[in-house]
Amino acid sequence: MNIHVKQDEAAKECRLDDMKQGILGRDVSRPDGLPKVTGTAPYAAEYKIDGCLEGVIVTSTIVKGEVTNIDASSVLDMPGVEAVIDDPRLTARAAQGTAGEAPAQPARKVGYFGQPVAVVVARTFEEARDAAKHLKIEYRVEDDAIVDPEEADAEAQGDGTKMGDLAEAMNSARHSVDVVITTEGHNSAPMEPHAAIAEWDGDKLTVHASLQMLNYNISELADSLDLDEEKIRLIARYVGGGFGSKLGVSEETVAACVAAMELQRPVRVVMSRQQVFQCVMRRSETRQRLRLAADEDGKLIGFGHEARVSNLPGEEFAEPVLQSSEFLYRGENRLLELEVARIHRMTAGSVRAPGEAVGMPALEAAMDMLAEKVGIDPVELRLRNIPERHPAKDLPFTDHSLAECLTKGAEAFGWDKGPRKPMQKREGEWWIGTGMASAARVHNVSEAKARVTLKADGTALVETDMTDIGTGTYAILTQLAGEMLGLPVDKVLVDLGDTNHPRGPGSGGSWGAASIGSAVFVACEAVRKQVAEKAGVSENELSLSDGRVMNGATLTDLLDGADISAEGHYEPGAISEDYTASGFGAFFAEVRVNRYTGETRVNRMLGSFGFGRVLNAKTARSQCLGGVTWSIGLALTEGLKFDPRDGHLANCDLAEYHVPVNRDVPEVEILLLDGRDPLASAIQAKGVGELGMCGGAAAIANAIYNACGARVLDYPMTPDRVIAAMPENA
Amino acid sequence: MSETPDRMDFVSRRGLMKGGVAGAAILPASARAQTASSSEDADGTVPLQRMNVTLDVNGQARQLTIDTRSTLLDVLRHDLDLTGSKKGCDHGQCGACTVHIDGERRLSCLTLAAQAEGHEIVTIEGLGSENALHPMQQAFVDNDAFQCGYCTPGQIMSAVACIREGHAGSDAEIREYMSGNLCRCAAYPNIVAAVKQAKSGMEG
Repeated sequence: MNIHVKQDEAAKECRLDDMKQGILGRDVSRPDGLPKVTGTAPYAAEYKIDGCLEGVIVTSTIVKGEVTNIDASSVLDMPGVEAVIDDPRLTARAAQGTAGEAPAQPARKVGYFGQPVAVVVARTFEEARDAAKHLKIEYRVEDDAIVDPEEADAEAQGDGTKMGDLAEAMNSARHSVDVVITTEGHNSAPMEPHAAIAEWDGDKLTVHASLQMLNYNISELADSLDLDEEKIRLIARYVGGGFGSKLGVSEETVAACVAAMELQRPVRVVMSRQQVFQCVMRRSETRQRLRLAADEDGKLIGFGHEARVSNLPGEEFAEPVLQSSEFLYRGENRLLELEVARIHRMTAGSVRAPGEAVGMPALEAAMDMLAEKVGIDPVELRLRNIPERHPAKDLPFTDHSLAECLTKGAEAFGWDKGPRKPMQKREGEWWIGTGMASAARVHNVSEAKARVTLKADGTALVETDMTDIGTGTYAILTQLAGEMLGLPVDKVLVDLGDTNHPRGPGSGGSWGAASIGSAVFVACEAVRKQVAEKAGVSENELSLSDGRVMNGATLTDLLDGADISAEGHYEPGAISEDYTASGFGAFFAEVRVNRYTGETRVNRMLGSFGFGRVLNAKTARSQCLGGVTWSIGLALTEGLKFDPRDGHLANCDLAEYHVPVNRDVPEVEILLLDGRDPLASAIQAKGVGELGMCGGAAAIANAIYNACGARVLDYPMTPDRVIAAMPENA
Repeated sequence: MSETPDRMDFVSRRGLMKGGVAGAAILPASARAQTASSSEDADGTVPLQRMNVTLDVNGQARQLTIDTRSTLLDVLRHDLDLTGSKKGCDHGQCGACTVHIDGERRLSCLTLAAQAEGHEIVTIEGLGSENALHPMQQAFVDNDAFQCGYCTPGQIMSAVACIREGHAGSDAEIREYMSGNLCRCAAYPNIVAAVKQAKSGMEG
């Protein structure tokens, strides 16, 4: 049985709140926890497959040009070497998220330093790695590569937003801010490097890979290999983090498949950490100009946000820096424009919270500067500028929790209200200060399918190719199905990450939980209808709990040996076009800044977030903790450093690219403002995976200013930059 | 691992740099049959060299013929099918490969397998199982001290050692002594909570 729901209307009546057990929303531990803590959860590279060969990718040592010769004979005599794969089907870049088609091919045309150009296959990893280092490759170099975004020509991305006259508003405004803020590039750096094992039986391909969106990845892989999708099975039961870098099929997966098909042997290809940095995705650096014009009360009359980002020639993706700036604050005179510079650095693509991750820290720092000029509390400035409707599109919001997040967050943090002055508190050589920022992240849903089977033995099975990349999919789908079917969580098995199952939405853009949750929900409704028929009651009256029907017969007895199965198909509908949907939040930070070294340490942070229904308080909190921590990294330590001569990434490992460590993360308090957003999804939930890092860096930046008077305009705010910006008397 | 002169001498005596001898292996011969050679090829390439080792892993003696270049991490993952120890960087930068050698936490990616002979190696698989969780494993589940789970075995091995070392006296101390293990999902505050919970279980 199939059930299709297109959400053209609000999900006003959602029976989730009528269920008897109340397990949805609770802090249920992850069912995937046991295999993870015992080391038995298999990630992509960890399937034992007899006779599996090992492939190691060889990358380009030039920036731009062409591979003219790959001398396989230079390594074929080395011990254990089976083959050098140099096939036009090899891909040169990772696919962009939701591309659904092959990324750039073939690998012989070089567009950036570190681009994969060949794969050496040997019996063991050690042999393949050694041979890969010895492979002789000749290039024809093109020396016209521009690698600096400031030197490149830029093209406008879309039409932008133009309303009224921003320049005039700036001229006539009582208070204004006109500032340029930059952010450096970022790497997702998931802990599991990209990996794949491919098996080819002469007709069908079975691939274990570390990917976020199998529903798109299977099309990307099929297109890359010129193979029918029906001939491919993709499996990703455990994914060791993604953060955008595994949205699109990447080079190692295609390489493993090509090698397996050529050699008629299983082949594993795992990227080195350096390769993950060099040839998957970077978040573009940004240069952003913010212009804010306000009246005497601090109400915005003009709002300008222009940004320059970069990408390789031919790539459609442009870091959507202005995404939340479009609707976050009022201002009738608006100018928002995004441009893309074409340069030869590795592909720019999605890194956690593309757009808001870098746009919000710039906007929220500018808002702090405006609050100081107006002479009001920065929380109050935000509260005065929340628009009734989308300022440019004139659309209503689905549910708007920014004001609540700001006020409840401020109260919980102990925010000292009122106008603020820097350099008010010092302990020894440390200046102490606080800062805040708003959070916003657009909410989307995506088409999703899932099959739910209520089994005759009184258990339930949920099947979809949706992934759990650490986000908690296993947990929330277990809770949803358990809640709807009246089963304890240990009677529900969720089977994910297999393209033999109905197609889910994939994990990305924070839409996973709301989309696949809605598909599971509608499938469960269909199952419930059949149970109600068997029980002789209407579905509305049907009460299921602890494996019993109407507190009487067990489900097992009622089913009498027959499974009940339904496939739920959820699709976004008209309301996606009719409303503006976003998650909201607020960040508060206390930092200390060393007056002699410029070192900044975060003392404590608080994040308050509103994103509709909380599906699992434990996993949602963990998502927010992760986001806040990424905010700390973005504010203080993370930045890709490119060699200005050839654009190669100089800090391409975890020793030189500084992700936050445990010591960098102090007390973090998370407030989850549980709510219901009937316009957001069938289960009244919105996304939360990225919200926690959309603006948090500005709370730290603003706290640095409040502490020591250093208004740093370049993220990350490393000690050298803080010292340079510190006033003489600090 | 901490390479004392004794240990390096020991490795050297076994001919780590000069090549070992192929012998009985627990792996299929096809995957591991390679005659060792001790001379360099004309072009300076060092030929493949193999040696026999017996590794004490999770209380079991495992006889292996290994590539002399193999790290302990790769031998655990590839040869012994103990994939709980993770490879996150292969350069000692992330901690995902942390195991215990003679009771102390060590980075198995920076330890040649040959160096580990004669020492007790414990991996996450030897710490506890689904039916008999170590208190630290239970604490990680209870406190949601992970998300994707990839850094988790290394975190747990470090966390157990952190307590044994006496470095879990305060939140600040736990943070400091757990900072060698990166978690990009950033479960850090939950990891601190898990260490505190397990500490009472381990010491109580």
